[in-house]
Amino acid sequence: MSALAHDGAAMTGRQLRRVRNNPGLAILTQLMPVNMLLFFGYVFGSALAMPGREYRSFLMPGLLVATAAGGLMTGMFQAAQDTHRGVTDRFRSMPVSRAAVPLGQAVADLVVTGLGTVPLLLAGLAVGWRIEGSAAGAAGAVGLLLLFRFACTCAGILLGLLTRSEEAAGQLGASSFVLPLLSNAYIPTDDLPGWLRTLAEWNPISAVTTALRDLFGNAPVPADAAWPVAHPVAGSLAWCLVLTAVFLPLAVVRYTRAE
Amino acid sequence: MTTTYAVLSEGLEKRFGAVHALRGLDLAVAEGTVCGLLGPNGAGKTTAVRLLTTLLRPDAGSARVAGCDLVREAAAVRRRIGVTGQYASVDGDLTGRENLRLFARLHRVRGPAARADELLTRFGLAEAADRRASTYSGGMRRRLDLAASLIRRPDVLFLDEPTTGLDPASRARIRQAVRELKADGTTVLLTTQYLEEADQLADDIALVDRGRVAHTGTPAGLKALIGSYAEAVVADAGALTRAAAVLDRLTGREPVFDRERNAVGAVTTDPTLTLPRLVRELDASGVPLLDAGIRPPTLDDVFLRLTGESTDSKERVA
Repeated sequence: MSALAHDGAAMTGRQLRRVRNNPGLAILTQLMPVNMLLFFGYVFGSALAMPGREYRSFLMPGLLVATAAGGLMTGMFQAAQDTHRGVTDRFRSMPVSRAAVPLGQAVADLVVTGLGTVPLLLAGLAVGWRIEGSAAGAAGAVGLLLLFRFACTCAGILLGLLTRSEEAAGQLGASSFVLPLLSNAYIPTDDLPGWLRTLAEWNPISAVTTALRDLFGNAPVPADAAWPVAHPVAGSLAWCLVLTAVFLPLAVVRYTRAE
Repeated sequence: MTTTYAVLSEGLEKRFGAVHALRGLDLAVAEGTVCGLLGPNGAGKTTAVRLLTTLLRPDAGSARVAGCDLVREAAAVRRRIGVTGQYASVDGDLTGRENLRLFARLHRVRGPAARADELLTRFGLAEAADRRASTYSGGMRRRLDLAASLIRRPDVLFLDEPTTGLDPASRARIRQAVRELKADGTTVLLTTQYLEEADQLADDIALVDRGRVAHTGTPAGLKALIGSYAEAVVADAGALTRAAAVLDRLTGREPVFDRERNAVGAVTTDPTLTLPRLVRELDASGVPLLDAGIRPPTLDDVFLRLTGESTDSKERVA
Protein backbone atom coordinates (compact mmCIF):
# COMPACT_ATOMS: atom_id res chain seq x y z
CA MET A 1 0.00 0.00 0.00
CA SER A 2 2.84 2.38 0.82
CA ALA A 3 4.40 1.48 -2.55
CA LEU A 4 1.14 2.49 -4.21
CA ALA A 5 1.07 5.78 -2.30
CA HIS A 6 4.72 6.53 -3.13
CA ASP A 7 4.47 5.65 -6.82
CA GLY A 8 1.00 7.15 -7.14
CA ALA A 9 2.31 10.45 -5.74
CA ALA A 10 5.23 10.37 -8.20
CA MET A 11 2.82 9.70 -11.08
CA THR A 12 0.47 12.46 -9.97
CA GLY A 13 3.45 14.81 -9.86
CA ARG A 14 4.41 13.75 -13.35
CA GLN A 15 0.97 14.55 -14.80
CA LEU A 16 0.85 17.91 -13.03
CA ARG A 17 4.29 18.83 -14.40
CA ARG A 18 3.18 17.84 -17.87
CA VAL A 19 0.27 20.26 -17.67
CA ARG A 20 2.51 22.98 -16.27
CA ASN A 21 5.07 22.47 -19.04
CA ASN A 22 2.47 22.32 -21.77
CA PRO A 23 -0.58 24.23 -20.56
CA GLY A 24 -2.07 24.97 -23.99
CA LEU A 25 -4.24 21.88 -24.32
CA ALA A 26 -5.53 22.11 -20.75
CA ILE A 27 -6.45 25.77 -21.21
CA LEU A 28 -8.25 25.12 -24.49
CA THR A 29 -10.11 22.20 -22.93
CA GLN A 30 -11.27 24.38 -20.05
CA LEU A 31 -12.27 27.34 -22.23
CA MET A 32 -14.59 25.18 -24.30
CA PRO A 33 -17.43 25.03 -21.72
CA VAL A 34 -17.18 28.81 -21.21
CA ASN A 35 -17.85 29.27 -24.93
CA MET A 36 -20.67 26.80 -24.74
CA LEU A 37 -22.20 28.66 -21.82
CA LEU A 38 -22.32 31.83 -23.90
CA PHE A 39 -23.57 30.15 -27.10
CA PHE A 40 -26.13 27.86 -25.49
CA GLY A 41 -27.13 30.38 -22.86
CA TYR A 42 -27.88 33.18 -25.28
CA VAL A 43 -28.54 31.50 -28.66
CA PHE A 44 -30.44 28.37 -27.64
CA GLY A 45 -31.82 30.06 -24.58
CA SER A 46 -33.65 32.57 -26.76
CA ALA A 47 -35.43 29.77 -28.62
CA LEU A 48 -36.58 27.86 -25.55
CA ALA A 49 -39.74 28.36 -23.55
CA MET A 50 -37.66 29.14 -20.45
CA PRO A 51 -36.73 32.80 -19.94
CA GLY A 52 -33.04 33.53 -20.62
CA ARG A 53 -31.69 33.85 -17.10
CA GLU A 54 -33.70 30.92 -15.88
CA TYR A 55 -32.29 28.82 -18.75
CA ARG A 56 -28.73 29.85 -17.96
CA SER A 57 -29.22 28.75 -14.35
CA PHE A 58 -30.64 25.47 -15.66
CA LEU A 59 -27.77 25.13 -18.14
CA MET A 60 -24.90 25.83 -15.74
CA PRO A 61 -25.07 22.52 -13.77
CA GLY A 62 -25.46 20.69 -17.08
CA LEU A 63 -22.29 22.29 -18.42
CA LEU A 64 -20.39 21.47 -15.25
CA VAL A 65 -21.38 17.82 -15.56
CA ALA A 66 -20.72 17.74 -19.31
CA THR A 67 -17.26 19.13 -18.59
CA ALA A 68 -16.73 16.46 -15.93
CA ALA A 69 -17.80 13.83 -18.48
CA GLY A 70 -14.98 15.18 -20.62
CA GLY A 71 -12.74 13.16 -18.29
CA LEU A 72 -13.60 10.31 -20.62
CA MET A 73 -11.92 12.15 -23.47
CA THR A 74 -8.95 13.52 -21.50
CA GLY A 75 -8.30 10.21 -19.76
CA MET A 76 -8.46 8.32 -23.00
CA PHE A 77 -6.25 10.71 -24.88
CA GLN A 78 -3.53 10.81 -22.23
CA ALA A 79 -3.48 7.05 -21.76
CA ALA A 80 -3.40 6.44 -25.52
CA GLN A 81 -0.65 9.02 -25.94
CA ASP A 82 1.47 7.42 -23.23
CA THR A 83 0.97 3.99 -24.74
CA HIS A 84 1.60 5.18 -28.27
CA ARG A 85 4.77 7.04 -27.33
CA GLY A 86 6.20 4.20 -25.29
CA VAL A 87 6.00 5.93 -21.90
CA THR A 88 3.58 3.29 -20.59
CA ASP A 89 6.03 0.53 -21.48
CA ARG A 90 8.86 2.36 -19.77
CA PHE A 91 6.82 2.34 -16.56
CA ARG A 92 5.75 -1.26 -17.11
CA SER A 93 9.39 -2.33 -17.40
CA MET A 94 10.15 -0.67 -14.06
CA PRO A 95 9.37 -1.78 -10.51
CA VAL A 96 6.36 0.53 -10.27
CA SER A 97 3.21 -0.33 -8.34
CA ARG A 98 0.80 -1.53 -11.03
CA ALA A 99 -2.14 0.61 -9.96
CA ALA A 100 -0.03 3.75 -9.54
CA VAL A 101 0.03 4.78 -13.19
CA PRO A 102 -3.73 4.83 -13.87
CA LEU A 103 -4.47 6.16 -10.36
CA GLY A 104 -1.82 8.89 -10.57
CA GLN A 105 -3.28 10.03 -13.86
CA ALA A 106 -6.83 10.12 -12.48
CA VAL A 107 -5.82 11.98 -9.31
CA ALA A 108 -3.75 14.56 -11.19
CA ASP A 109 -6.69 15.03 -13.52
CA LEU A 110 -8.89 15.90 -10.54
CA VAL A 111 -6.46 18.61 -9.46
CA VAL A 112 -6.27 20.07 -12.97
CA THR A 113 -10.04 19.93 -13.43
CA GLY A 114 -10.64 21.44 -10.02
CA LEU A 115 -8.56 24.48 -10.97
CA GLY A 116 -9.79 24.45 -14.56
CA THR A 117 -13.45 24.70 -13.57
CA VAL A 118 -12.93 28.07 -11.87
CA PRO A 119 -13.24 30.07 -15.14
CA LEU A 120 -16.52 28.31 -15.94
CA LEU A 121 -17.87 29.07 -12.46
CA LEU A 122 -16.90 32.74 -12.80
CA ALA A 123 -18.48 32.92 -16.26
CA GLY A 124 -21.62 31.32 -14.83
CA LEU A 125 -21.79 33.91 -12.08
CA ALA A 126 -21.33 36.63 -14.69
CA VAL A 127 -24.33 35.46 -16.71
CA GLY A 128 -26.61 35.25 -13.71
CA TRP A 129 -26.16 31.75 -12.30
CA ARG A 130 -26.18 31.65 -8.50
CA ILE A 131 -25.86 29.08 -5.75
CA GLU A 132 -29.43 29.25 -4.54
CA GLY A 133 -29.22 26.41 -2.04
CA SER A 134 -27.27 25.81 1.17
CA ALA A 135 -23.47 25.87 1.47
CA ALA A 136 -23.55 22.21 2.48
CA GLY A 137 -25.55 21.45 -0.63
CA ALA A 138 -23.06 23.32 -2.79
CA ALA A 139 -20.16 21.47 -1.19
CA GLY A 140 -21.97 18.21 -1.85
CA ALA A 141 -22.45 19.25 -5.47
CA VAL A 142 -18.73 19.87 -5.89
CA GLY A 143 -17.91 16.53 -4.27
CA LEU A 144 -20.32 14.74 -6.58
CA LEU A 145 -18.85 16.50 -9.58
CA LEU A 146 -15.33 15.36 -8.66
CA LEU A 147 -16.49 11.80 -8.05
CA PHE A 148 -18.15 11.78 -11.44
CA ARG A 149 -15.05 13.20 -13.11
CA PHE A 150 -12.93 10.50 -11.47
CA ALA A 151 -15.26 7.77 -12.70
CA CYS A 152 -15.25 9.18 -16.25
CA THR A 153 -11.45 9.48 -16.26
CA CYS A 154 -11.10 5.84 -15.17
CA ALA A 155 -13.34 4.77 -18.06
CA GLY A 156 -11.30 6.98 -20.39
CA ILE A 157 -7.99 5.50 -19.23
CA LEU A 158 -9.24 1.99 -19.95
CA LEU A 159 -10.38 3.02 -23.43
CA GLY A 160 -7.08 4.79 -24.05
CA LEU A 161 -5.09 1.71 -23.03
CA LEU A 162 -7.25 -0.33 -25.39
CA THR A 163 -7.07 1.97 -28.42
CA ARG A 164 -3.31 2.68 -28.02
CA SER A 165 -3.31 5.14 -30.91
CA GLU A 166 -3.38 8.89 -30.37
CA GLU A 167 -5.34 9.44 -33.57
CA ALA A 168 -8.03 6.90 -32.74
CA ALA A 169 -8.33 8.28 -29.20
CA GLY A 170 -8.63 11.81 -30.59
CA GLN A 171 -11.43 10.79 -32.96
CA LEU A 172 -13.26 8.75 -30.36
CA GLY A 173 -12.83 11.53 -27.80
CA ALA A 174 -14.18 14.15 -30.17
CA SER A 175 -17.30 12.07 -30.74
CA SER A 176 -17.91 11.81 -26.99
CA PHE A 177 -19.39 15.32 -27.07
CA VAL A 178 -22.72 13.72 -28.07
CA LEU A 179 -23.04 12.05 -24.66
CA PRO A 180 -24.34 15.18 -22.87
CA LEU A 181 -26.62 15.87 -25.86
CA LEU A 182 -28.40 12.64 -25.01
CA SER A 183 -29.18 13.78 -21.48
CA ASN A 184 -30.93 16.56 -19.61
CA ALA A 185 -27.71 18.61 -19.39
CA TYR A 186 -28.77 21.20 -21.98
CA ILE A 187 -32.52 20.65 -22.31
CA PRO A 188 -35.34 19.29 -20.13
CA THR A 189 -36.15 15.70 -21.06
CA ASP A 190 -39.90 15.97 -20.29
CA ASP A 191 -40.88 16.62 -23.89
CA LEU A 192 -38.70 13.94 -25.52
CA PRO A 193 -40.47 10.96 -27.12
CA GLY A 194 -40.85 8.06 -24.68
CA TRP A 195 -37.93 5.80 -25.62
CA LEU A 196 -35.52 8.70 -26.13
CA ARG A 197 -36.53 10.12 -22.79
CA THR A 198 -35.85 6.78 -21.09
CA LEU A 199 -32.47 6.59 -22.78
CA ALA A 200 -31.58 10.16 -21.79
CA GLU A 201 -32.67 9.69 -18.19
CA TRP A 202 -30.60 6.54 -17.77
CA ASN A 203 -27.57 8.47 -19.02
CA PRO A 204 -25.41 8.99 -15.91
CA ILE A 205 -24.96 12.63 -16.95
CA SER A 206 -28.69 13.22 -16.37
CA ALA A 207 -28.64 11.94 -12.80
CA VAL A 208 -25.57 13.98 -11.86
CA THR A 209 -26.93 17.10 -13.59
CA THR A 210 -30.24 16.79 -11.75
CA ALA A 211 -28.39 16.30 -8.48
CA LEU A 212 -26.36 19.47 -9.08
CA ARG A 213 -29.49 21.46 -9.98
CA ASP A 214 -31.08 20.20 -6.79
CA LEU A 215 -28.03 20.80 -4.54
CA PHE A 216 -27.29 24.25 -6.01
CA GLY A 217 -31.02 25.05 -5.81
CA ASN A 218 -31.17 25.93 -9.51
CA ALA A 219 -34.07 23.75 -10.64
CA PRO A 220 -36.47 21.23 -9.06
CA VAL A 221 -36.19 17.48 -9.48
CA PRO A 222 -38.58 16.29 -12.24
CA ALA A 223 -41.31 14.25 -10.60
CA ASP A 224 -42.04 11.44 -13.02
CA ALA A 225 -38.48 10.74 -14.29
CA ALA A 226 -36.58 7.45 -14.29
CA TRP A 227 -35.20 6.34 -10.90
CA PRO A 228 -31.64 7.80 -11.12
CA VAL A 229 -33.06 11.21 -12.07
CA ALA A 230 -36.00 11.07 -9.66
CA HIS A 231 -33.54 10.27 -6.82
CA PRO A 232 -30.65 12.30 -8.18
CA VAL A 233 -28.16 12.25 -5.28
CA ALA A 234 -28.52 8.54 -4.58
CA GLY A 235 -28.67 7.90 -8.32
CA SER A 236 -25.51 9.89 -8.98
CA LEU A 237 -23.59 8.23 -6.16
CA ALA A 238 -24.68 4.85 -7.47
CA TRP A 239 -23.56 5.72 -10.99
CA CYS A 240 -20.17 7.01 -9.79
CA LEU A 241 -19.57 3.94 -7.65
CA VAL A 242 -20.61 1.51 -10.37
CA LEU A 243 -18.55 3.23 -13.07
CA THR A 244 -15.46 3.46 -10.85
CA ALA A 245 -15.86 -0.09 -9.54
CA VAL A 246 -16.04 -1.39 -13.10
CA PHE A 247 -13.53 0.76 -14.95
CA LEU A 248 -10.76 1.39 -12.42
CA PRO A 249 -9.96 -2.30 -11.84
CA LEU A 250 -10.25 -2.98 -15.57
CA ALA A 251 -7.86 -0.13 -16.32
CA VAL A 252 -5.36 -1.43 -13.75
CA VAL A 253 -5.64 -4.98 -15.09
CA ARG A 254 -5.27 -3.77 -18.65
CA TYR A 255 -2.22 -1.75 -17.66
CA THR A 256 -0.69 -4.63 -15.71
CA ARG A 257 -1.36 -7.46 -18.10
CA ALA A 258 1.50 -8.40 -20.32
CA GLU A 259 0.02 -9.57 -23.60
CA MET B 1 34.52 -22.15 -12.90
CA THR B 2 30.99 -22.36 -14.23
CA THR B 3 29.54 -19.57 -16.32
CA THR B 4 26.69 -17.62 -14.81
CA TYR B 5 24.13 -16.49 -17.31
CA ALA B 6 22.48 -13.10 -16.98
CA VAL B 7 19.95 -14.11 -19.60
CA LEU B 8 19.04 -17.71 -20.24
CA SER B 9 15.99 -18.56 -22.31
CA GLU B 10 14.64 -21.87 -23.53
CA GLY B 11 12.10 -22.32 -26.27
CA LEU B 12 10.48 -18.89 -25.94
CA GLU B 13 7.47 -18.63 -28.21
CA LYS B 14 5.19 -15.76 -29.01
CA ARG B 15 2.33 -15.42 -31.46
CA PHE B 16 0.46 -12.31 -32.46
CA GLY B 17 -2.65 -13.66 -34.13
CA ALA B 18 -1.48 -15.35 -37.31
CA VAL B 19 2.10 -14.11 -36.95
CA HIS B 20 4.44 -16.51 -35.19
CA ALA B 21 6.99 -13.92 -34.03
CA LEU B 22 9.14 -16.22 -31.90
CA ARG B 23 9.37 -19.94 -32.61
CA GLY B 24 11.48 -21.25 -29.76
CA LEU B 25 14.17 -18.75 -28.90
CA ASP B 26 17.13 -20.24 -27.04
CA LEU B 27 19.53 -17.62 -25.81
CA ALA B 28 22.36 -17.64 -23.30
CA VAL B 29 24.13 -14.43 -22.35
CA ALA B 30 27.01 -14.82 -19.91
CA GLU B 31 27.19 -12.34 -17.05
CA GLY B 32 29.28 -9.26 -17.78
CA THR B 33 29.29 -9.72 -21.55
CA VAL B 34 27.70 -7.83 -24.40
CA CYS B 35 25.49 -9.94 -26.63
CA GLY B 36 24.30 -8.65 -29.97
CA LEU B 37 20.99 -9.92 -31.31
CA LEU B 38 21.45 -9.46 -35.01
CA GLY B 39 18.75 -9.81 -37.59
CA PRO B 40 16.68 -8.06 -40.22
CA ASN B 41 13.35 -6.34 -39.57
CA GLY B 42 10.70 -8.83 -38.60
CA ALA B 43 13.15 -11.50 -37.42
CA GLY B 44 11.80 -11.30 -33.85
CA LYS B 45 14.50 -9.22 -32.15
CA THR B 46 12.14 -6.66 -30.66
CA THR B 47 9.65 -9.31 -29.59
CA ALA B 48 12.51 -11.15 -27.85
CA VAL B 49 13.48 -8.01 -25.94
CA ARG B 50 9.87 -7.23 -25.04
CA LEU B 51 9.47 -10.72 -23.63
CA LEU B 52 12.74 -10.64 -21.71
CA THR B 53 11.85 -7.27 -20.16
CA THR B 54 8.42 -8.51 -18.94
CA LEU B 55 6.49 -6.32 -21.36
CA LEU B 56 5.08 -9.38 -23.11
CA ARG B 57 4.20 -12.76 -21.68
CA PRO B 58 5.58 -15.80 -23.51
CA ASP B 59 3.11 -18.30 -24.99
CA ALA B 60 5.58 -21.10 -24.29
CA GLY B 61 9.10 -21.60 -23.01
CA SER B 62 10.86 -20.11 -20.02
CA ALA B 63 13.62 -17.69 -19.21
CA ARG B 64 15.65 -16.40 -16.32
CA VAL B 65 16.87 -12.83 -16.34
CA ALA B 66 19.39 -11.70 -13.70
CA GLY B 67 18.68 -14.92 -11.86
CA CYS B 68 14.91 -14.46 -11.66
CA ASP B 69 12.15 -16.29 -13.46
CA LEU B 70 10.68 -14.06 -16.12
CA VAL B 71 7.03 -14.88 -15.44
CA ARG B 72 6.87 -15.91 -11.79
CA GLU B 73 9.30 -13.25 -10.54
CA ALA B 74 8.50 -10.48 -13.00
CA ALA B 75 8.66 -7.79 -10.31
CA ALA B 76 12.15 -8.91 -9.26
CA VAL B 77 13.27 -8.92 -12.90
CA ARG B 78 12.05 -5.33 -13.27
CA ARG B 79 14.18 -4.24 -10.33
CA ARG B 80 17.30 -5.64 -12.00
CA ILE B 81 16.98 -4.54 -15.59
CA GLY B 82 17.14 -1.38 -17.65
CA VAL B 83 15.40 -0.99 -20.99
CA THR B 84 15.95 1.40 -23.85
CA GLY B 85 14.08 0.91 -27.05
CA GLN B 86 11.77 2.36 -29.61
CA TYR B 87 8.87 1.54 -27.30
CA ALA B 88 10.26 2.21 -23.79
CA SER B 89 10.54 5.94 -24.01
CA VAL B 90 10.75 9.03 -21.86
CA ASP B 91 7.97 11.57 -21.43
CA GLY B 92 8.28 14.32 -24.04
CA ASP B 93 6.20 16.74 -21.99
CA LEU B 94 8.68 16.62 -19.12
CA THR B 95 12.14 18.15 -19.17
CA GLY B 96 15.19 15.90 -19.21
CA ARG B 97 15.76 16.60 -15.53
CA GLU B 98 12.12 15.97 -14.58
CA ASN B 99 12.16 12.67 -16.45
CA LEU B 100 15.25 11.38 -14.68
CA ARG B 101 14.06 12.56 -11.27
CA LEU B 102 10.75 10.79 -11.81
CA PHE B 103 12.45 7.54 -12.78
CA ALA B 104 14.88 7.88 -9.86
CA ARG B 105 11.97 8.31 -7.45
CA LEU B 106 10.18 5.31 -8.91
CA HIS B 107 13.38 3.26 -8.54
CA ARG B 108 13.60 4.39 -4.88
CA VAL B 109 17.03 5.88 -5.50
CA ARG B 110 18.39 7.86 -2.55
CA GLY B 111 18.83 11.48 -3.58
CA PRO B 112 16.92 11.34 -6.87
CA ALA B 113 17.88 14.92 -7.78
CA ALA B 114 21.60 14.27 -7.40
CA ARG B 115 21.39 11.04 -9.39
CA ALA B 116 19.50 12.85 -12.17
CA ASP B 117 22.15 15.58 -12.33
CA GLU B 118 24.96 13.04 -12.38
CA LEU B 119 23.43 11.23 -15.36
CA LEU B 120 22.62 14.46 -17.19
CA THR B 121 26.25 15.49 -16.96
CA ARG B 122 27.54 12.06 -17.92
CA PHE B 123 25.43 12.00 -21.09
CA GLY B 124 26.13 15.59 -22.08
CA LEU B 125 22.61 16.79 -21.36
CA ALA B 126 23.31 19.23 -18.54
CA GLU B 127 22.69 22.27 -20.72
CA ALA B 128 19.44 20.92 -22.11
CA ALA B 129 18.32 19.59 -18.74
CA ASP B 130 15.48 22.07 -18.31
CA ARG B 131 14.09 21.84 -21.81
CA ARG B 132 11.18 19.58 -22.62
CA ALA B 133 12.39 16.23 -23.97
CA SER B 134 10.13 16.67 -27.02
CA THR B 135 12.44 19.48 -28.17
CA TYR B 136 15.53 17.23 -28.07
CA SER B 137 17.28 16.02 -31.21
CA GLY B 138 17.19 12.31 -31.99
CA GLY B 139 20.63 11.76 -30.49
CA MET B 140 19.88 13.70 -27.30
CA ARG B 141 16.61 11.85 -26.91
CA ARG B 142 18.33 8.50 -27.21
CA ARG B 143 20.95 9.54 -24.66
CA LEU B 144 18.19 10.56 -22.27
CA ASP B 145 16.52 7.19 -22.88
CA LEU B 146 19.78 5.47 -22.06
CA ALA B 147 20.31 7.59 -18.95
CA ALA B 148 16.76 6.71 -17.84
CA SER B 149 17.50 3.01 -18.10
CA LEU B 150 20.68 3.40 -16.03
CA ILE B 151 19.06 5.15 -13.07
CA ARG B 152 19.55 2.21 -10.75
CA ARG B 153 22.67 0.60 -12.35
CA PRO B 154 20.90 -2.40 -13.85
CA ASP B 155 22.38 -5.91 -13.77
CA VAL B 156 21.17 -6.45 -17.31
CA LEU B 157 20.64 -3.66 -19.79
CA PHE B 158 18.48 -4.19 -22.86
CA LEU B 159 19.10 -1.87 -25.78
CA ASP B 160 16.74 -2.27 -28.70
CA GLU B 161 18.34 -0.77 -31.80
CA PRO B 162 20.05 1.94 -29.76
CA THR B 163 21.66 3.71 -32.71
CA THR B 164 19.11 3.27 -35.50
CA GLY B 165 18.42 6.58 -37.19
CA LEU B 166 21.20 8.48 -35.41
CA ASP B 167 23.94 10.56 -36.98
CA PRO B 168 27.51 9.18 -36.77
CA ALA B 169 28.54 11.37 -33.81
CA SER B 170 25.53 10.36 -31.70
CA ARG B 171 26.06 6.77 -32.72
CA ALA B 172 29.67 6.89 -31.53
CA ARG B 173 28.55 8.40 -28.24
CA ILE B 174 26.02 5.66 -27.56
CA ARG B 175 28.58 3.01 -28.47
CA GLN B 176 31.10 4.56 -26.11
CA ALA B 177 28.51 4.44 -23.33
CA VAL B 178 27.94 0.74 -23.98
CA ARG B 179 31.67 0.07 -23.71
CA GLU B 180 31.82 1.91 -20.39
CA LEU B 181 28.89 -0.08 -19.07
CA LYS B 182 30.56 -3.31 -20.02
CA ALA B 183 33.72 -2.18 -18.28
CA ASP B 184 31.59 -1.63 -15.15
CA GLY B 185 30.41 -5.23 -15.36
CA THR B 186 26.90 -4.64 -16.68
CA THR B 187 25.55 -7.34 -18.94
CA VAL B 188 24.20 -5.81 -22.14
CA LEU B 189 21.82 -7.37 -24.63
CA LEU B 190 21.53 -5.20 -27.70
CA THR B 191 19.63 -5.67 -30.91
CA THR B 192 20.91 -4.23 -34.12
CA GLN B 193 20.59 -4.44 -37.85
CA TYR B 194 24.20 -3.39 -38.32
CA LEU B 195 26.80 -6.11 -38.45
CA GLU B 196 29.46 -3.50 -37.94
CA GLU B 197 27.86 -2.34 -34.70
CA ALA B 198 27.61 -5.86 -33.34
CA ASP B 199 31.21 -6.37 -34.43
CA GLN B 200 32.38 -3.32 -32.48
CA LEU B 201 30.39 -3.86 -29.30
CA ALA B 202 29.45 -7.47 -28.85
CA ASP B 203 31.44 -10.32 -27.34
CA ASP B 204 28.95 -12.72 -28.85
CA ILE B 205 26.45 -12.47 -31.63
CA ALA B 206 23.19 -14.35 -31.85
CA LEU B 207 21.80 -14.29 -35.33
CA VAL B 208 18.01 -14.20 -35.22
CA ASP B 209 16.06 -15.48 -38.16
CA ARG B 210 12.32 -16.11 -38.34
CA GLY B 211 11.88 -16.22 -34.57
CA ARG B 212 14.80 -18.47 -33.76
CA VAL B 213 18.49 -18.09 -33.04
CA ALA B 214 19.98 -19.34 -36.29
CA HIS B 215 23.61 -19.07 -35.31
CA THR B 216 25.74 -17.93 -32.39
CA GLY B 217 29.39 -17.05 -32.26
CA THR B 218 31.93 -14.32 -31.81
CA PRO B 219 31.97 -11.47 -34.34
CA ALA B 220 35.36 -12.62 -35.65
CA GLY B 221 34.11 -16.16 -36.04
CA LEU B 222 31.03 -14.99 -37.87
CA LYS B 223 33.04 -12.84 -40.23
CA ALA B 224 35.55 -15.60 -40.92
CA LEU B 225 32.66 -17.88 -41.69
CA ILE B 226 31.05 -15.46 -44.10
CA GLY B 227 34.13 -13.96 -45.68
CA SER B 228 34.52 -10.63 -47.42
CA TYR B 229 33.23 -9.60 -50.78
CA ALA B 230 35.77 -8.86 -53.52
CA GLU B 231 34.31 -6.73 -56.27
CA ALA B 232 35.39 -5.17 -59.56
CA VAL B 233 33.57 -2.41 -61.45
CA VAL B 234 34.56 -2.32 -65.13
CA ALA B 235 34.36 0.34 -67.84
CA ASP B 236 32.35 -1.67 -70.38
CA ALA B 237 30.03 -4.65 -70.07
CA GLY B 238 32.17 -6.68 -72.44
CA ALA B 239 34.92 -6.90 -69.84
CA LEU B 240 32.67 -8.41 -67.15
CA THR B 241 33.36 -12.01 -68.15
CA ARG B 242 37.09 -11.46 -68.04
CA ALA B 243 36.86 -9.85 -64.58
CA ALA B 244 34.64 -12.72 -63.45
CA ALA B 245 37.25 -15.24 -64.58
CA VAL B 246 39.90 -13.49 -62.50
CA LEU B 247 37.65 -13.40 -59.43
CA ASP B 248 36.75 -17.04 -59.90
CA ARG B 249 40.43 -17.95 -60.00
CA LEU B 250 41.33 -15.85 -56.94
CA THR B 251 38.42 -16.83 -54.71
CA GLY B 252 37.40 -20.20 -55.98
CA ARG B 253 33.78 -19.10 -55.67
CA GLU B 254 31.06 -18.48 -58.20
CA PRO B 255 31.11 -14.76 -59.15
CA VAL B 256 27.91 -12.73 -58.84
CA PHE B 257 27.08 -10.14 -61.53
CA ASP B 258 25.52 -6.75 -60.98
CA ARG B 259 24.96 -5.74 -64.60
CA GLU B 260 23.34 -2.40 -63.80
CA ARG B 261 26.59 -1.21 -62.29
CA ASN B 262 28.87 -3.22 -64.62
CA ALA B 263 30.15 -4.94 -61.50
CA VAL B 264 31.06 -8.47 -60.60
CA GLY B 265 32.09 -9.86 -57.24
CA ALA B 266 32.74 -12.99 -55.25
CA VAL B 267 32.96 -14.01 -51.62
CA THR B 268 36.43 -14.68 -50.23
CA THR B 269 37.72 -15.99 -46.93
CA ASP B 270 41.35 -15.83 -48.09
CA PRO B 271 43.29 -13.35 -45.92
CA THR B 272 46.03 -13.05 -48.57
CA LEU B 273 43.57 -11.60 -51.07
CA THR B 274 44.25 -7.94 -50.36
CA LEU B 275 43.09 -4.96 -52.35
CA PRO B 276 46.49 -4.32 -54.03
CA ARG B 277 46.67 -7.94 -55.10
CA LEU B 278 43.13 -7.87 -56.47
CA VAL B 279 43.85 -4.74 -58.49
CA ARG B 280 47.16 -6.12 -59.80
CA GLU B 281 45.61 -9.37 -60.93
CA LEU B 282 42.66 -7.65 -62.64
CA ASP B 283 45.02 -5.16 -64.31
CA ALA B 284 47.34 -7.92 -65.49
CA SER B 285 44.40 -9.59 -67.23
CA GLY B 286 43.71 -6.37 -69.10
CA VAL B 287 40.39 -5.63 -67.39
CA PRO B 288 39.46 -1.94 -67.88
CA LEU B 289 38.97 -1.33 -64.17
CA LEU B 290 36.96 1.63 -62.86
CA ASP B 291 36.84 0.61 -59.24
CA ALA B 292 37.65 -2.36 -57.07
CA GLY B 293 37.15 -3.20 -53.45
CA ILE B 294 37.16 -5.82 -50.76
CA ARG B 295 34.36 -5.00 -48.40
CA PRO B 296 33.58 -6.75 -45.14
CA PRO B 297 30.42 -8.86 -45.13
CA THR B 298 27.14 -7.05 -44.64
CA LEU B 299 24.18 -8.35 -42.71
CA ASP B 300 22.71 -9.36 -46.03
CA ASP B 301 25.79 -11.46 -46.82
CA VAL B 302 25.52 -13.12 -43.43
CA PHE B 303 21.93 -14.00 -44.02
CA LEU B 304 22.49 -15.18 -47.57
CA ARG B 305 25.23 -17.45 -46.36
CA LEU B 306 23.62 -18.79 -43.19
CA THR B 307 19.95 -18.92 -44.08
CA GLY B 308 20.04 -18.89 -47.87
CA GLU B 309 17.75 -15.89 -47.90
CA SER B 310 18.40 -12.23 -48.34
CA THR B 311 17.17 -9.73 -45.77
CA ASP B 312 15.32 -7.85 -48.53
CA SER B 313 13.05 -10.77 -49.29
CA LYS B 314 12.38 -11.09 -45.56
CA GLU B 315 11.30 -7.52 -45.21
CA ARG B 316 8.69 -8.06 -47.85
CA VAL B 317 7.38 -11.07 -45.96
CA ALA B 318 7.43 -9.23 -42.63
